[in-house]
Amino acid sequence: EAIKHCAPITPSALIKTKKQLKNLQHNQSTLETPLTRKETEKIQREVAFEKTSKEVSRWQSVVLQNQKAEQLVFPLNQEPSGPKRIEHVVAGWKAQTPLEQEIFSLLRMNKQPLHDPVLTPTEEASLRAMSLEEAKIRRAELQKTRVLQSYYEAKAKRGKKIKSKKYHRVQKKVMRKEYLKQFDEMVKTDPAAALEELKKMELSRMKERMSLKHQNSGKWAKSKAIMAKYDDGARKAMQKQLEVNKDLTQKLVIPADEDEEDEEESAETLPDFVNDVEPILDQVNPWMRGKLSTEPMMEESNRLDPPVWPREVGKPGEGQDEQEEDEEQMEETEEESLLRGFEERRKLRQTEDYNSFSIQTPDGKKAEILEISDYDEEAVEISDDDEEAGLSNFTSLFHGLVNHMEPPADQPKAGPGLRQGESPALLEEGLVRVRTLEDVELLSQDISTSDTALLTTQILGTEETDTQSATQQADKKRKKMIDPNEVLTKEAKVIEMPLAPTAVEDVEDKEEQRVIIKEAFAGDDVVSDFLKDKRKQEEAGRPKVIDLTLPGWGEWGGLGLQPSRSKRKRFRVKVAPPPPRQDQKLPNIIIAEKRDSSIAAHQVCQLPFPFEKPIQFERTIRSPVGRTWNTQNAVQKITAPKVVTQLGAIIEPIAREDLIKDNRQAVTGPSINLESDQGPQKKRRSQQKKQHKRKKN
Amino acid sequence: MAASSETMLKKPHVGKKRKPPTRYWERTEEDGKNDGKKQKEGDNNEQTPQQNNTRTKKGGKRGGKRGGAGKKVISGKSDPFPGSAPVPEEKLKKFRRGVKGELPPRPQYKLRDVVIRSEAASDLAQKQNARYDLMLPEDAGFLEGDEDEDTCTISQDDIVDAVDITAGAKYFNLTLSQFGPYRLDYSKTGRHLLLGGRRGHVTCLDWQSKQLMCEMNVMETVNDVKWLHSEALFAVAQKKWLYIYDNKGIELHCIRKFNDVLRMQFLPYHFLLATASATGFLQYLDVSVGKEVVAICTKAGRLDVMAHNPHNAIIHLGHSNGTVTLWTPNQREPLVKMLCHQGGVRSVAVDKTGTYMVTSGMDKKLKVYDIRAYRPLQSYFLPAGASCLSLSQRGLLSAATGDIVQVYRDVWGIPVTKPYMAHRAKGSVWGVHFCPFEDVLGVGHGEGFTSMVVPGAGEPNFDGLDANPYRSAKQRQEWEVKALLEKIQPELIGLDPSQLSQVDHSTWEQRHEDRVQVLGFDPLAKEKFTPRLKTKGRSSSGKVEKRKKQVAHEDQRDVIRQTVEDRMKIDKERKEKEKKKAAAAGQKSALDRFRK
Repeated sequence: EAIKHCAPITPSALIKTKKQLKNLQHNQSTLETPLTRKETEKIQREVAFEKTSKEVSRWQSVVLQNQKAEQLVFPLNQEPSGPKRIEHVVAGWKAQTPLEQEIFSLLRMNKQPLHDPVLTPTEEASLRAMSLEEAKIRRAELQKTRVLQSYYEAKAKRGKKIKSKKYHRVQKKVMRKEYLKQFDEMVKTDPAAALEELKKMELSRMKERMSLKHQNSGKWAKSKAIMAKYDDGARKAMQKQLEVNKDLTQKLVIPADEDEEDEEESAETLPDFVNDVEPILDQVNPWMRGKLSTEPMMEESNRLDPPVWPREVGKPGEGQDEQEEDEEQMEETEEESLLRGFEERRKLRQTEDYNSFSIQTPDGKKAEILEISDYDEEAVEISDDDEEAGLSNFTSLFHGLVNHMEPPADQPKAGPGLRQGESPALLEEGLVRVRTLEDVELLSQDISTSDTALLTTQILGTEETDTQSATQQADKKRKKMIDPNEVLTKEAKVIEMPLAPTAVEDVEDKEEQRVIIKEAFAGDDVVSDFLKDKRKQEEAGRPKVIDLTLPGWGEWGGLGLQPSRSKRKRFRVKVAPPPPRQDQKLPNIIIAEKRDSSIAAHQVCQLPFPFEKPIQFERTIRSPVGRTWNTQNAVQKITAPKVVTQLGAIIEPIAREDLIKDNRQAVTGPSINLESDQGPQKKRRSQQKKQHKRKKN
Repeated sequence: MAASSETMLKKPHVGKKRKPPTRYWERTEEDGKNDGKKQKEGDNNEQTPQQNNTRTKKGGKRGGKRGGAGKKVISGKSDPFPGSAPVPEEKLKKFRRGVKGELPPRPQYKLRDVVIRSEAASDLAQKQNARYDLMLPEDAGFLEGDEDEDTCTISQDDIVDAVDITAGAKYFNLTLSQFGPYRLDYSKTGRHLLLGGRRGHVTCLDWQSKQLMCEMNVMETVNDVKWLHSEALFAVAQKKWLYIYDNKGIELHCIRKFNDVLRMQFLPYHFLLATASATGFLQYLDVSVGKEVVAICTKAGRLDVMAHNPHNAIIHLGHSNGTVTLWTPNQREPLVKMLCHQGGVRSVAVDKTGTYMVTSGMDKKLKVYDIRAYRPLQSYFLPAGASCLSLSQRGLLSAATGDIVQVYRDVWGIPVTKPYMAHRAKGSVWGVHFCPFEDVLGVGHGEGFTSMVVPGAGEPNFDGLDANPYRSAKQRQEWEVKALLEKIQPELIGLDPSQLSQVDHSTWEQRHEDRVQVLGFDPLAKEKFTPRLKTKGRSSSGKVEKRKKQVAHEDQRDVIRQTVEDRMKIDKERKEKEKKKAAAAGQKSALDRFRK
């Protein structure tokens, strides 16, 4: 250091060295004396302990695993003997020699399959490849479609920009028609698919019901609601939307009168359907009633003045009246097609099973309307209320049309009362109620009759046994008095015999005969004897009150002197009542209460180690182990020994290498493959929760 | 192609930002795909438990490989049905033993391991048993009459004409008019028949081959005859004593301790011969060691009605005062005393499963009891009363009235009005007995013996290791040794045969109490909750109480929660069942309108 500093001697450096020297002079600390032998040894021991404990604790998991293992096969880590399945051999094989590795790397590079002899990706691709002509055709097709798409897109863009409402309306109509046509075709060509469509319609209706559309809850509706106070038009628009909602969400029920008209329309085609019970069933359904009561009302008003009605509905959009007039004419044709579709669908339905509800209950007409509404949903988005107005118009028109076609006089079932404002649904309801009431009455009658019968029998019985009861009045004060008349009361069924016994039982010994006769007449009062016996048994089982009163303590004693009552009461030890007898509720049975202790010698009375409660142990021994009750395979698995050693094999201690390897894999031998179930996870969680709760507190 | 163009047509209507609204006509394909996905998911679900299983078994090399094997096969195809075939629930139910409980908590991991392992073992056993149940394919047939023809009018001759020659040979008569009414017994395998005439004629024969094994006259009144555990020995209750003969007719023992025996029953798994005597004694003889086990004075007079419950080896005795008593050799008084008839009891029979008891009495009634609950199920009135009853393995009841033997089917179900079969014997009937594993009813009467064909009487599936009708002599010897090794001690007889698998609770409790006294505390008691001490006023008495309340009644709450859950589950199951039933019925009920 000094040499280093020699070359450039600066004053600052000098000062520094001086300081250092000074420090050295001041620093007079010497080396510490070495620790005593004892202490060094202690430290060494500590270090050694730590080291070895670390070493040893590495084995802990292995030891624990082996302890837990169901079965240990020594020597450990043995390959299971016997033939292996080819898949295992193939899958488990690893390239070890350099040559093999090279081969495998080559294979891998060329994407050759290693395990499964399936095609390589390239081969698959080549297989998938097509011929040139095919490819060309395909390309042309694609081009064409792309061009078409672009044309269509451009057209649509243009169309979208058009602001004319009328244009959109017309377009919608066109689409509707198209769709209807398609559907008709489908009905003809592929009825199953058409049915599917129908189902989808129903589903979309359901969705509509679930959604918040047309519920007057949107932004527009809210603004209208504010306006409604002052603006008549806004109010009407709102109402209209609500109506639309009702229309859309209404479950379609075919009212009876409508059915009739259907009958007229297609009497020869579907006579069965009209007479079907289903729709009526639906009407009876209380969940359907609420809606029904509104709809038929509407219909009735239709019926009253069918030509006026559509115009009434059309009122809200007053300015559009003329347009709608035009539309109506267009719709007339549409209606026809609709009706056709309707009929066809019915036919379809007829062919189908009547079992399923989902297809049967919805009315075709409504579904149709819905499907149309679905069809131009985007249009709805653009001009919501406008479209709805048209839609509701359309439906109402349809209603009107249908009702118009029906001659007013032809209503034998509905009756005149219905015409005067009573809705059919109400009538239905009334009918149902009456029926149920009747039922109830019948039921009650039944009950009452049976009751009375019972009562009379009881009365009779009591009259018969009046004298008996009088004598047994005292006994009846006791709680558990069994009436002898209650015993053996089960009435007997008489059995017809095809053959009558001819031979009289020829009893050999006269003595025996006498015995039999005696037996026959001995049991005259069998029942009361039995009851007496039973009572005696009960009495014997009842614990006796222990009287510990000593005469003379605290009072006079002597001959003829009873201890006072209070004293007797005080020193009387009352024993807790025994558990209720098993035969308490069985009048003609006596069950011995005495415990049979003979089996106790064979029972387990001390639980083996991990068990703490008897119930745990009982659970583990609930199923038998032996061959008599189990299959051979099961017995072998259940009774497999815990440790298996192979004859002649050297069992060596677990090597360290094994241990390191085992930290990744498992050490233990093959376990017995019982299908073990995972514990109920939920329960564990709840338990943990509980513990947690406790800890928190 | 058409579909795709349609979709293209629809596209421009939709704004670019918005997601196109789903249309039902577009949804078909997607749905299909979804379905496929669902299926796949289901498959995965099926596979996951397997994987879990393999994971739980540490070091289970085999298990691991097996789990992998389901996916990869050499051909590159995956197994469409991985894992073993499922076992139907019904069959599993049939082999269920006891109920699973909940596992012990995780801290007790050793106990938990043991419990899990035993559950797995019993599950395996149950599943395997259910799986192999299909090895018992035979089913019993029944006699079916033509339209408006009662099966009871079909005579034995008609049946014999209709059936094949071997089955027809099972109907035969032995005319033995000399030595009076006959008692009979079939051996456990149903191969051998033992007849004992009242006037001393005793004979045993292989009734199928009609080969006579021995025939003799004991020159005394014979009250009853009974085969012992095999066809090599039989017991005869003679006028005074009980005798034991071998199948050559050589008298092996005369047991003087058993006097005036009227009826006998043999308990095959206990090797016990139970006898009821005229003096009112019920005695048990252990035939494997030849010792009397117990003699019980029933104090009920002459005992000539006896039956045994094959399920729990309890002896049923019928008495003249209309009661039926149930006995074990371990108790000197009846376990149960049932008042069954207003007159004396004439005959008792118990069915194979130990569920039903049929009694007939002097009051000419025939009653069916559920002897698990001791409740009367059915009561019939027979115009002449029934003297002898016997129940077959399949639950057919034969009742003899005078010289007519009637066979009833399913007497404990819907009340019957007519017998299933009827046959007139030549003399008054003295004993009836169904032959095990055969559709045969043996009738002993005054004029000899009649073997009747009763279709549907015998169990068609026999257990070859238990009672093999076709066993050879060697097999019989082997069976005998095994049966003796597996002999059940008479102390184990009780009303509940599964009692042995229960811990002796009283002794255990006693021991536990002793332990508690020694330790000074109860190791099993749940530690009492003591709230932790908290600072800053959070351990005020009010707060402490509050905290205590939070954990109070936790067990009770658990129980309540459990019961509510169970109830909901049951409700759900019931609803499902109802739905299924409705679907199965196919017809709509009146209440269906409220559905949906």
